[in-house]
Amino acid sequence: MAGTTQSHSAPAVETPLRRFCRDFAESRIALLGLAMFAIVLGAALFAPLLSPQNPYDLNQLDIMDGRQPPMTMSMGGFTFWLGSDDQGRDMLSAIFHGLRTSLGVGAMSAIGALALGAAAGLVAAYFGGRIETLIMRIVDIQLSFPSILVALILLAVLGQGTWKIVVALICVQWAYYARTVRGAALVERRKEYVEAARCLGLGHRRIVFGHILPNCMPPLIVVVTVQVAHAIALEATLSFLGIGLPITEPSLGLLIANGFEYLLSGKYWISFFPGVALLTTIVSINLVGDQLRDVLNPRLQK
Amino acid sequence: MIERVLRAIRAPGALVLGVLVAVAPMLTGAGSTARAQDLTIAVQGAITSIDPHFHALAPNANVGAHIFDRLVHQDESQRLIPGLATAWKTVDDLTWEFTLRRGVKFHDGSDFDAHDVVATYKRVPWVPNSPSSYTGFVRPIVETVIVDPFTLRLKTAAPAPLLPTMLSAVNIVSRKAVESPTAEFNAGRAAIGTGPFRFAEFVPNDRVVLSRNDAYWGDKAAWTKVTLKLISNNSARTAALLAGDVQMIEAVPSPDLQRLRANPQVTLHRKTSNRVIYIAFDQARDQTPFGTDKAGALLPNNPFKDVRVRQAISKAINRPGIVDRVFEGDAIAAGGLLPEGAFGASPKLKADALDQEGARALLAAAGYPNGFAMTLHGPNDRYPNDERVLQAIGPMLSRIGIDTKVVTLPWATYASQASAPTHAFSAMLFGWGSNTGETSDSLRALLATPSREKGMGASNRGRYANARVDSTLETALATVDDVRREALLFEASEMALGEAGIVPLYYQVNTWATRRGVTYAPRQDEYSLALFVRPAN
Amino acid sequence: MSVFIIRRLMQSGAVLVVMSLIVFFGVYAIGDPIEIFISPEADQIERERAKVALGLDRPVWAQYFAFVEAALGGDLGRSFVFNIPSMTLILQRMPATLELALSALALGIVVGLPLGMYAGYRPNSIGAKAIMAGSILGFSLPTFWVGLMLIMIFAVDLGWLPSTGRGETATWFGMTSSVFTVDGLRHLAMPALNLALFKISLIIRLARAGMRENMLMDYVRFARAKGLPMRRVVMVHVFKNIMIPVVTVVGLELGSTIAFAVVTESIFAWPGMGKLIIDSIQRLDRPVIVAYLCIIVLMFVIINLVVDILYSVLDPRVRLSEARN
Repeated sequence: MAGTTQSHSAPAVETPLRRFCRDFAESRIALLGLAMFAIVLGAALFAPLLSPQNPYDLNQLDIMDGRQPPMTMSMGGFTFWLGSDDQGRDMLSAIFHGLRTSLGVGAMSAIGALALGAAAGLVAAYFGGRIETLIMRIVDIQLSFPSILVALILLAVLGQGTWKIVVALICVQWAYYARTVRGAALVERRKEYVEAARCLGLGHRRIVFGHILPNCMPPLIVVVTVQVAHAIALEATLSFLGIGLPITEPSLGLLIANGFEYLLSGKYWISFFPGVALLTTIVSINLVGDQLRDVLNPRLQK
Repeated sequence: MIERVLRAIRAPGALVLGVLVAVAPMLTGAGSTARAQDLTIAVQGAITSIDPHFHALAPNANVGAHIFDRLVHQDESQRLIPGLATAWKTVDDLTWEFTLRRGVKFHDGSDFDAHDVVATYKRVPWVPNSPSSYTGFVRPIVETVIVDPFTLRLKTAAPAPLLPTMLSAVNIVSRKAVESPTAEFNAGRAAIGTGPFRFAEFVPNDRVVLSRNDAYWGDKAAWTKVTLKLISNNSARTAALLAGDVQMIEAVPSPDLQRLRANPQVTLHRKTSNRVIYIAFDQARDQTPFGTDKAGALLPNNPFKDVRVRQAISKAINRPGIVDRVFEGDAIAAGGLLPEGAFGASPKLKADALDQEGARALLAAAGYPNGFAMTLHGPNDRYPNDERVLQAIGPMLSRIGIDTKVVTLPWATYASQASAPTHAFSAMLFGWGSNTGETSDSLRALLATPSREKGMGASNRGRYANARVDSTLETALATVDDVRREALLFEASEMALGEAGIVPLYYQVNTWATRRGVTYAPRQDEYSLALFVRPAN
Repeated sequence: MSVFIIRRLMQSGAVLVVMSLIVFFGVYAIGDPIEIFISPEADQIERERAKVALGLDRPVWAQYFAFVEAALGGDLGRSFVFNIPSMTLILQRMPATLELALSALALGIVVGLPLGMYAGYRPNSIGAKAIMAGSILGFSLPTFWVGLMLIMIFAVDLGWLPSTGRGETATWFGMTSSVFTVDGLRHLAMPALNLALFKISLIIRLARAGMRENMLMDYVRFARAKGLPMRRVVMVHVFKNIMIPVVTVVGLELGSTIAFAVVTESIFAWPGMGKLIIDSIQRLDRPVIVAYLCIIVLMFVIINLVVDILYSVLDPRVRLSEARN
């Protein structure tokens, strides 16, 4: 994403990628979001190296270290910069590792749901008829279940665990993508350019992916950003209700849920700092997503 | 307009504030102020029925105790005191005689006598669709004899020394209500008792409203109207108290204790509970599903069958640490089935002190000098701080060489997997509250060899079995003489816990919090009874 | 149109069958309900008695067919733990949830739509940037956390609003609701706001995106060229086009709002049906879970139907008959 610096040094040819990069960099807020996201991503990727403690290894925890305020020295000889939780888990380490889990869960479920949902929505809109009826009925079934309820029942049946929650989130979210894509594609399909492409004898695949899909991108990107944030929040909510990730390997949502019982007693740090990390993550994703949407929208291009 | 609003707003947080700042003061002025005679108690568990015989569940028993009376009551330390019976004695080994209270009136004005008691005990096994009935409490009775309207004899097939204790759980209803189905009770038409409060309203999953029975035979309540309000969320319960919406909360969450202790508007009331939290170990199978070597391969032998391994685990647990850090001091390290002073609680059973050297030596003697690996299962929504306790125990066991993975599950999943016939786990955390206040029912449920015919070991999920414990316990259960029975219970519990049949961790402490100006006599049995909530002087 | 509606309803019937099957067997996979209901002191004989009393001793298939038979006669079964018809339990609590969800959506539209339109109309102004930053925050804050913060600030620290529960209700024009009393509104304020936060952000984004796209459209230029005042172009023409995604999403969100009310209801002890379903799942009270899902499915089918019809009215390019072919 270093397109900005190149734009004035090599102005000769403007490839689509370069144009995209230039457009993206127009917004300073979006660049800030990108930088924030890079930091968050770095913290998540290098969590084991950055953390003074492995918060997932119960054996490194000592309950006598529990609920220490920020800047306290631990019994293990390092400083709890952000305090410790009730189990004596270093909050900083827990946040780094929690970022890893939350981002991983959010990304994996978004990718899975997007692939599944977009494909289903496009197929439905483009082919219509029985296929559309079938797909949209399944979508309706899916949407008939409140998402949180589907996840609740799935997790209760599947049990706890990272992969299980990803599966549950995909099951919950794919239908939203499918519905959005179909709605947008339905309008696109009726436009002249598709008609023209058909008359030119272009293949189904080319029309769907080459022409209809790009025009469905703006609403899809809105939904992706909404849904990634949603996935992370939903995971936190499920953890809050006691059926999300295992407590021994807390995600950000679980850390907040875990600390919220202590909020009233003034031990703000247990849920405050993970809350800040969660906010930063989602805000940065949304900032990037916002700008992406503006840049990718063909109708907004000058 | 929009611009004007926007200038004031930077973020939705500010927006939220803005709207509420604008709206809230308008609304606050006109709120209805509760009268001083009204009492609202926030309870933790949902009340499922007003029918006192429909569902044997603590919250239902709690409401029942407001509307109805039992033959025998339990005081705050679970000692038996007169209720609708003023005295009781054994006529012979197989007959109990109860002298009933005279002049007691039901809420509808009718008189109470022995016919109501007989009709009630007939109703108990009859209640349709009951998910958990009180039948077990009246099962020993084979014949009822009404000597006169205020003298009742109950005959049993075998000696039943615990009958008065068991009957202290069964609410007496009017003979007119014996054929009323549960719905009639919920609607209030059949909810006619002799208790200190009359039934007013029941909204399932939300509240029960009661009004004072001014004709009550005992001390009258201080409140004309009592609402038992369900607030199951821990933080919300504390918040409701701090906001003054309720005057008392039960089951004060440990994380809030510190703050509440420091608050001059709030008083805490605490009493040791009859509930012990313990770890049970699979002792039935030759290989146990979660006993592995450190690489994850199943061990050829079930390590938990070896008494030394169980003892080592007990010695590895830092009970005072759990009490202090997890419970803020509101729990008591346990070595037996009931806290000291309870009937049948042997004074010799002390909590194991933390002894990592001793634990390692025991493990080595059992053939595991380098330890092994196990998974400890437990619930995350059943007992106070269950999840936190489990997480604290994991590292404690790892320090003596047993690599411990902790898995917590919702009770709905956990309980059915841990119990017969699945028995999916190897080491599991459970709790047991003794309704009778003596160790006989703990021993019978948790440590006796499971047997359907004898009604023994129904909750013995680790399937500990010791024929000597069984026979001592059976003798105790048939011994009417209290001194001899207690000696037998001492012996049985010393045997079973000496072998670490289960490993007790701690006794819970029941804590209530009241607003200033209100006081409560805290109870061992966890009930929140409005009769004993009094205005402070 | 009527053919379309009839077909929709028939398909919903099929959905109901599939769903009830999943739930019936799903609950069995979760655990044995008897373990939840039974008093810990119960012996083995009592456990067996309870199993028979609740009909849980029969094979699952037999139980399912018994349920379907009763359901066809309009009886969705009785709650295991309350021994009250499941329908009664749910319908008792539906008004509270609808009240909460509709208040939240109304708050979402009233606050979100103008803010979003403004942000799209003047995308580069400071105000627009602040609104968008705010909406991003609104997405990012976990509901339960916000709920607790609200209680902490407004109930505990400031003491302005009651922390939990639903207030007094009053009946106007045959509708019983707590919106009609001051006490009711005071109780409703925090839960509704808590639930609305996400909706506000969502509607801001949709309205802004719609506004920006539509402002570049040819019809806006033509309208301006024809001499229509900007105010009229935005308020009539652009507004109508923005309403397409907003109506779709608000319609869909009504359902999810009702479901997500679960969290808000548990924090604020709001006596709605979301709280009921969570409690029922924890208690494995299968008749209530199944009945709840049946009712919810019906509700969603109706919502979706209405959304589809509105969609076609608002955007004539999408014709129901053609979309369904």
